[in-house]
Amino acid sequence: MAKEYSYYPGCSSQKGASGSNLQKSLDSVLDTLDIKLNDIPDWNCCSASIGYSGGGELPRIALSARNIALSEKNNPGQEIVASCAACWLATRETKERIEGSEEIREGTEAALKEAHLEISKEMPKVRHMTEVLIEDIGFEAMKEKVVKPLEGIKIAGYVGCQTNRPFGIDGESFENPMYLDKMVEAMGADSIPTYEKKVACCGGALAFSEPQKSQALVKGIIESAYDNGADMIVTPCPVCQMNVEIYQDQINATYGTKFHIPVTYYSTLMAVAYGKSAKEAALDGQVIRAKQLEDIANK
Amino acid sequence: MADEILMGAYICKGCGIGDRLDCGQLETTATRDGKAKFAKSHDFLCSADGVAMIQADIDSGETNHVIIGACSRRAKVEAFSFQNVTVSRANLREGVIWVRPDNDEANETTQEMADDYIRMACAESKFQQVPKGSGEQPLNKNILVVGGGFSGMTAAIEASAAGYPATIVEKSGALGGVMAQLNKRVATKSPYADPEDTTVADLIAAVEADPNITVHLNSKVTKTAGAPGRFDVDISTESGATTNVSMGAIVQASGMKQFDANKLTEFAYDKSDNVITQLELEALAKEANGGPIKRKDGKEVQSVVFVQCAGQRSDKEGHLPYCSGFCCTASIKQAMYFKDANPDVDTVIMYDDLRTPGAGGEDFYRSGQKKGVIFTKSSVSTIDASGSDLTVNFHDKILNEDQSMPADLVVLATGQEPNSGPDPYAVPMEMDDDASEEDKQAATDAHEVAINVESILNLDYRQGTDLPHLKHGFTDSHFICFPYETRRTGIYSAGPVRRPMDSQQAAIDATGAAMKAILEVENAAKGAAAHPRSGDLSFPSFRMEGCTQCKRCTVECPFGAINEDEKGYPQYNESRCRRCGTCMGACPVRVISFENYSVDSVGQQIKNVDIPEEFDEKPRILVLACENDAYPALDMAAQNRLQYSAFARVVPVRCLGSVNTIWLTDALNSGYDGIILMGCQKGDDYQCHFVKGSELAHTRMSKIADTLQTLNLEEERVATYEVAITDVERTAQLIEDMAESIEKIGMSPFKF
Amino acid sequence: MSNLNNQMVNKYRNDFLKEVEANVEEGDWVKMCMQCGVCAGSCPMGPYWDHPPQEIFMMIRAGKREEVLSSTSMWMCTSCYNCIARCPRELPITHIMHGLAHYGKRLGIAPKNQPTLKFSQKFWDNLMTNGRVNELKLGIALYFIDGFVQGIKNALAASGIGLGMFKAKRLDPMEILGGHSVKDKSGLKAMIKKAQEIEEARISGNQ
Repeated sequence: MAKEYSYYPGCSSQKGASGSNLQKSLDSVLDTLDIKLNDIPDWNCCSASIGYSGGGELPRIALSARNIALSEKNNPGQEIVASCAACWLATRETKERIEGSEEIREGTEAALKEAHLEISKEMPKVRHMTEVLIEDIGFEAMKEKVVKPLEGIKIAGYVGCQTNRPFGIDGESFENPMYLDKMVEAMGADSIPTYEKKVACCGGALAFSEPQKSQALVKGIIESAYDNGADMIVTPCPVCQMNVEIYQDQINATYGTKFHIPVTYYSTLMAVAYGKSAKEAALDGQVIRAKQLEDIANK
Repeated sequence: MADEILMGAYICKGCGIGDRLDCGQLETTATRDGKAKFAKSHDFLCSADGVAMIQADIDSGETNHVIIGACSRRAKVEAFSFQNVTVSRANLREGVIWVRPDNDEANETTQEMADDYIRMACAESKFQQVPKGSGEQPLNKNILVVGGGFSGMTAAIEASAAGYPATIVEKSGALGGVMAQLNKRVATKSPYADPEDTTVADLIAAVEADPNITVHLNSKVTKTAGAPGRFDVDISTESGATTNVSMGAIVQASGMKQFDANKLTEFAYDKSDNVITQLELEALAKEANGGPIKRKDGKEVQSVVFVQCAGQRSDKEGHLPYCSGFCCTASIKQAMYFKDANPDVDTVIMYDDLRTPGAGGEDFYRSGQKKGVIFTKSSVSTIDASGSDLTVNFHDKILNEDQSMPADLVVLATGQEPNSGPDPYAVPMEMDDDASEEDKQAATDAHEVAINVESILNLDYRQGTDLPHLKHGFTDSHFICFPYETRRTGIYSAGPVRRPMDSQQAAIDATGAAMKAILEVENAAKGAAAHPRSGDLSFPSFRMEGCTQCKRCTVECPFGAINEDEKGYPQYNESRCRRCGTCMGACPVRVISFENYSVDSVGQQIKNVDIPEEFDEKPRILVLACENDAYPALDMAAQNRLQYSAFARVVPVRCLGSVNTIWLTDALNSGYDGIILMGCQKGDDYQCHFVKGSELAHTRMSKIADTLQTLNLEEERVATYEVAITDVERTAQLIEDMAESIEKIGMSPFKF
Repeated sequence: MSNLNNQMVNKYRNDFLKEVEANVEEGDWVKMCMQCGVCAGSCPMGPYWDHPPQEIFMMIRAGKREEVLSSTSMWMCTSCYNCIARCPRELPITHIMHGLAHYGKRLGIAPKNQPTLKFSQKFWDNLMTNGRVNELKLGIALYFIDGFVQGIKNALAASGIGLGMFKAKRLDPMEILGGHSVKDKSGLKAMIKKAQEIEEARISGNQ
């Protein structure tokens, strides 16, 4: 029987949105892994980390609390799972903030009441998709499903910030988490455990407001991948993926570099390794095409 | 049997010795050159079977001087420990086969090395006797505690609880010391959140209720003569009445003195009643009794600033250069007095580096922050006391700007000064003639502080009345290796007289010192040495008819163990002695010796090394290595299979201080090509286990140049080094360097 | 200066730390900083700060209200959480930075033209419209953040990016017509309104 979870897709996962390729590739491997995701009906934006200017503390908490309440109501007994780092972080933080303060709980409950919703005392656990894969499926089981190992591809595992800090994945260190490298290895590709920008920041939402500063950070992230002999970069985070992939031309223009390195999701790797088509793996969603993956997918 | 020396040599063939060396030849060397009565080899000498073989020979009277040719004397100590016989060790494993390559080219010199070590062990054996212990003093379990403060009372209670009666001598009219003046103390128990009761009242009650603790109030120690196990002590009251008691050991817990805050004119301590010291705040807090704290003029304090490191950690004239370690947590505690009474009182702690040592220090700091105490990293420049309220002028070190802040009250954290007696070794600071009058005055003042204070112990010792100081008046006790040991055996210092500390540390200190005192009481009764030659029963004796009364031994003994009689002959006090042999090294006429360690027992080892002729191109390098650090370092070099010259012959010594220059002169005269002395680090940060031994040796060796000149030998032939136990690679390299040096300057012409 | 700001100045007088503890998200942690500076050394935006977090905390204790709340420093936060992960005192520094930034803006003394302030507000407004973020509208709003002419230039400079995203089906021009939305918009808005009311009441002390 498939493992079932209450799924919070988040804004970037929507059709025609920046992270739609994450969702698409992920969807294509769920069957193989026997996972069933039940979307939280009528979910709303979590306000990510950047919503703080307009939204105060309680309004932002109320946003995520609404999603939790909807999950409890419609997907009772199921753990909440998000694949977007910001969604996961905001939702889990909200749960902990409510649990940690009676005042916040009271305020949140009063606000939710206006939307005719409520949260229970013991809210469901909030997990990241990679936690589900690592803890509930396991690296070995992930590996067993591989039909087209990604042999000979050197991949820099760029974990980034929010799929790492402050909660951590699989109890690993914040400074050098290994889970992404292990996933890369499980898919038959070569990981680069020494990749020193593994947990560096890409600038997050400041890519929009402070493009020069953000792109300086991204430059370091890409440069280090090249220095370590990477063919491509893989990441679990939609913001990381977008920031590292789509500004390469601008960075080249600013710094005179010749960056042209594909940046995909772990789920893209899994879809290809599990024998899905290039379309199913959302390889057409790459701004910089991942030719090596396309070759394997089209074999 | 006791008189006749029956040497039996045992060669071990285990650990590869049998494969690398010709053990038959070693047996022959032992009997032919070493004059052993017999020699035997065994495949595995430290096994039960091997040990039983030796024991059987001892039991049947075959041997009473055992020579073991096996591993280092630092290995298999228990297996090769035999009663009522002397044991000499030839280091064939760490000293020979492990430091030499196993090849045809090297085999000859390797075997020569081993043969020499057998000869040396036989020579040593011949000049050793079984130490018997002096029996100079009986078991005297009484422990004298000087000082009735927190440390002293703790030491007395701990000693008494272990069955050793304690006598407290307190100069004031009451027990409790400085701690009794405190309102509360820093938290000692989890969650380390609030100030706690000082427990002084409990301690006083425990002392008073203990039938095994005698208290002398308003009293001082007016004489301390004798030695551990037989200290002869006069306790006198202010009125002059004197009680004489006999004590086994002494704990000096004379505590701390207040820094004179009047020196801090920039902080207006001398001008305003509202600038006070930490101790003065304790009095205000006691008066407030949990209510709002009031200044001397009756005003309720609404804002208070604590100035950390006031007159401390400063190079300024008259300031204390060190950190007192307790004041940061003390100020946090005092800020809590205010916050606990009224959270609206502004409390600011101005610190440079906040230091909160101890298990709960950090938690206590956080608790202070949670209570709203503000911490400002800053340096306070002046305090303006022109108005009734104060203005604190300071530089904020985080924001890098000058600021000022009003305050009702300012508390200065002025730290601790030790309450020591005069330093026996204080010498007036030597000043250049062109030094300014102020500098000269400062030097004289510093000197006055060290000597012009009242004696605490009034020791009737050749080397002065009180415990020697290390720095700033604190007792000389090695911070890491032997914290409670002082340079007077059987007298242990505890509490702030040893180093600055808080009450928790003082309690640990006092307990440690009491334990040491108990140990020394027991050692003295057995005639056994204290740390580091624990249990050694040998003691120095001197041939009176040869003594020239030169006083070098009485002056140089690092522990002040030797007095002089009326005629100026040395008077040994065996239980004060640490058995380092510094007196033996000092003696120009070589009349001082131990039963198992003497000018001969080492000198004959040196003489019995085979010195090949000059044209054999086989030099000899004598290495005199301190047994505490250098010798173990060489053993470790061997364990790591580092190689060094086959021409080196290593002789362990108790301390470099025990090296008598006659050994060097003899060695050079008999054709050694080089000599290396390896002792411990000397100076203020000494590592020398006998405090001054290494330093004295270095001084003596600085004069060896004259000897070399007389012999027309090159200066490079004698080298003295400070070596730490961790200098594993370096020790081997130093030997290699000497071998290289000899290759350059050539062989010694003194070969016969 | 806003009324609320005047009100707060009067209420807390010289005690800015107390004001922060009462009104700023996670503000009661500020006093626990021990000035080690690990946050300052861990921040990816380190070179662009006027004051690193540790200094901000010291300024709060020193009562530098205007300087702190009008600083651009907190607006440099990328929410990377490095400071939180490394702070030996476990201060939620990221949240405090967001909280301080928000509070400065609420009082009307935050730097008006700070680009992240503006973007952050646009993001919030965008998500408040439909309950979900409309990336196209957010992007367009961003281009015109500095006015119409600059906006055209910005849009042209970024058009390559937009085109790439469009080709990769990750930017949907149809979003301009409305795009994704929650169904219960009125419930969501009522909820947020209520949350805002509670928070305002708490801060102004009219609870």
